Amino acid sequence: MAQNKAKMISLEEGGFALFLVLLAFACIIVAGKTFDQVMAFHAGIGALIAAVSVFIIFKKYFDDGGEPIPQEIDGKPNYNIGPVKFGSVAAMFWGIAGFTVGLVIALQLAFPALNFDLPWTNFGRLRPLHTSAVIFAFGGNVLLATSMYVVQRTSRVRMPGKILPWFVIVGYNAFILIAGTGYLLGATQSKEYAEPEWYADLWLTIVWVCYLLLFLGTLWKRKEPHIYVANWFYLAFIVTIAMLHITNNLTIPVSIYSTKSYIVWSGVQDAMVQWWYGHNAVGFFLTAGFLAIMYYFIPKRADRPVYSYRLSIVHFWALIFIYIWAGPHHLHYTALPQWASTLGATFSIILWMPSWGGMINGLMTLSGAWDKLRTDPVLRMMVVSVAFYGMSTFEGPLMSLRAVNSLSHYTDWTIGHVHSGALGWVGYISFGALYCLIPWLWNKKSLYSLKLVNWHFWLSTLGIVLYITSMWVSGIMQGLMWRAYDTLGFLEYSFVETVEAMHPFYIIRAMGGALFVIGALIMAYNLWMTVRHGEAEEAGTTPAGSLAAAE
Amino acid sequence: MSAWKKHEVFEKNSLVLLVGILIMVAIGGLVEIAPLFYLKSTIEKAEGMRPYTPLELAGRNIYIREGCYVCHSQMVRPMRDELERYGHYSLAAESMYDHPFQWGSKRTGPDLARVGNKYSDDWHVEHLKDPRSVVPASIMPGYPFLAENKLNVRDISEHLTVNTVVGVPYTEEQIANAQADVLGQASPDTDAAYAFEERYPNSVIRDFDSNPGEVTEMDALVAYLQVLGTMVDFSIYDDQANAR
Repeated sequence: MAQNKAKMISLEEGGFALFLVLLAFACIIVAGKTFDQVMAFHAGIGALIAAVSVFIIFKKYFDDGGEPIPQEIDGKPNYNIGPVKFGSVAAMFWGIAGFTVGLVIALQLAFPALNFDLPWTNFGRLRPLHTSAVIFAFGGNVLLATSMYVVQRTSRVRMPGKILPWFVIVGYNAFILIAGTGYLLGATQSKEYAEPEWYADLWLTIVWVCYLLLFLGTLWKRKEPHIYVANWFYLAFIVTIAMLHITNNLTIPVSIYSTKSYIVWSGVQDAMVQWWYGHNAVGFFLTAGFLAIMYYFIPKRADRPVYSYRLSIVHFWALIFIYIWAGPHHLHYTALPQWASTLGATFSIILWMPSWGGMINGLMTLSGAWDKLRTDPVLRMMVVSVAFYGMSTFEGPLMSLRAVNSLSHYTDWTIGHVHSGALGWVGYISFGALYCLIPWLWNKKSLYSLKLVNWHFWLSTLGIVLYITSMWVSGIMQGLMWRAYDTLGFLEYSFVETVEAMHPFYIIRAMGGALFVIGALIMAYNLWMTVRHGEAEEAGTTPAGSLAAAE
Repeated sequence: MSAWKKHEVFEKNSLVLLVGILIMVAIGGLVEIAPLFYLKSTIEKAEGMRPYTPLELAGRNIYIREGCYVCHSQMVRPMRDELERYGHYSLAAESMYDHPFQWGSKRTGPDLARVGNKYSDDWHVEHLKDPRSVVPASIMPGYPFLAENKLNVRDISEHLTVNTVVGVPYTEEQIANAQADVLGQASPDTDAAYAFEERYPNSVIRDFDSNPGEVTEMDALVAYLQVLGTMVDFSIYDDQANAR
């Protein structure tokens, strides 16, 4: 069909161009009529990005005369790697930005003068910037890039669409830009990990539906009879995040000219919906999505099939079914009815099993290849990441017990727990994937320097250890100080005394964070040098061939 | 044919896989969330709960804007040390008009669920401007700009309207006079204050930031902080009647 109308602009290009033109006009109208400066700024950014995108669509069309892109070249799939490259670079950029903001806010807790008493630099606005930058900007771009790569490779087919993949990756990063600048300017819903206001949420919904269609569209075209296990996890991640995002962000804006909105849920129900969302942002964004990375990149790098196909089936269904229940363990002893938080804790304990099942499946994939840990720091990084996954999925159920939670909740122990998962598991599996992906995408034989990977590994491992141990100590210490009584039966410490006691641990934590940032900078340098000066892969060999199916 | 072989149906049909995933991830949420909307025991019966005044609501929005919830919880748990440190444990009823809830998840600073009436307005103003001037070891950021920013109430009526859409019982009169009521609550002994008092009987009227010239963001935030945890009178609240 496409061949016959080669000179006509395709329906896809025309449709996206029309949509973006309308969007640009809508943004201009909003920017002109609003009294809300943040809204004016964001509508301006929206109009600019939409207009530039329309220009690029037409420029591309006139440059290549509307010729369709070949699906295969010399009998091999003509994979679409442009958007994957974009996502990888964006991930590295946002990663360093997000880690650095994390370091800044860690230092603010140790030295409050660093808040500068300005609206845009205070901890309350920067912390959501940090969490969103590392989870959604860094993690999200890693997930988008790797999922686009993996689904094409394991389906042996090019992604559908000419504009669609670019719309997804650029649109997602536009969402990040709107969300991040919004926090700094004070536009927030205050729902943790779902802070972006209604218009950013709406935009993300559009992008996300396109992402789902892109992913499914690739599966529909696939040349392999089976859908590879990594793609099950990616699909679960995409679908569930859509469900969570929409339910948790049902808000009514004050007007379309205002950044402010009010959520339809209130009080106790809002708390339940929020933590159902919040914990499954961990479960499906930071776990299912990154497990997909584990299921593709570890077997590839170790050159071994996945340890057990049956275990992956059990792992997959058990994990997605059980994870979704775990949310209310964030609300022990609160005004949420106890039946709900108990149910959440119960499933959190059960969740330990599929979590460790997945960890075993990942680790045992190295059977027969364990010696590579000595020589390949990239594989070592990914294996240590799975070990951190095992550790934090053990700690999580422990902390979901009512008795433990009564001590740990509201303290830094939670922060330490989150970071053993975030830095150790999500960070390391992402670093490993990017270290694999960058040479593949730019057709390089290998990384610029494995020695630098080694430095990255050891510096950031030391950083993580400093981070989580200092948070264990400060969290448990503070929890115990809050409930300490003197011999006369009075509370022994005032609140601010517990704050003072944490000062040394805040400094140690910041040092750990600094090491992690330095590691990421080394990584960025290494990847940059790989792209610029790496030795080119000889033509004819595919650096990342098909994956041996398990069993 | 082994049972494992049957799994092929998911591996070979993306839509079957998609529907399978959707069913699996829908169940937990439905079981945990839906009952909260119809089980009567979810929200206690407590007298005294009223919607926030327009000034308090504006203050709450500043609390949200500055990310106070990042370091301060508003949820007292029923444990001996918390009851002694903060007061009666929080009720679900106390956040029934909160869109969104502000229970928080971290106490880098103390819980604020019952901070209302604990400190004077002047203390709050000083503390917000420069926390270390009143609590030397505090690590809280300073918010001196709140006292300088005039409160923006251009669309406060629309804020109340949207709140009624999501279930907060503001009256039409309250919506119509929202802008005047912001000024009224912060201007004691004026006609506006008397009119405000008629519309919101159980609320305080004070010049919260001791700056009679104008209504600032500081007025709004302090008004909000001073109402936290004060609506329900716990001297007459029956714990046993609401035990669950």
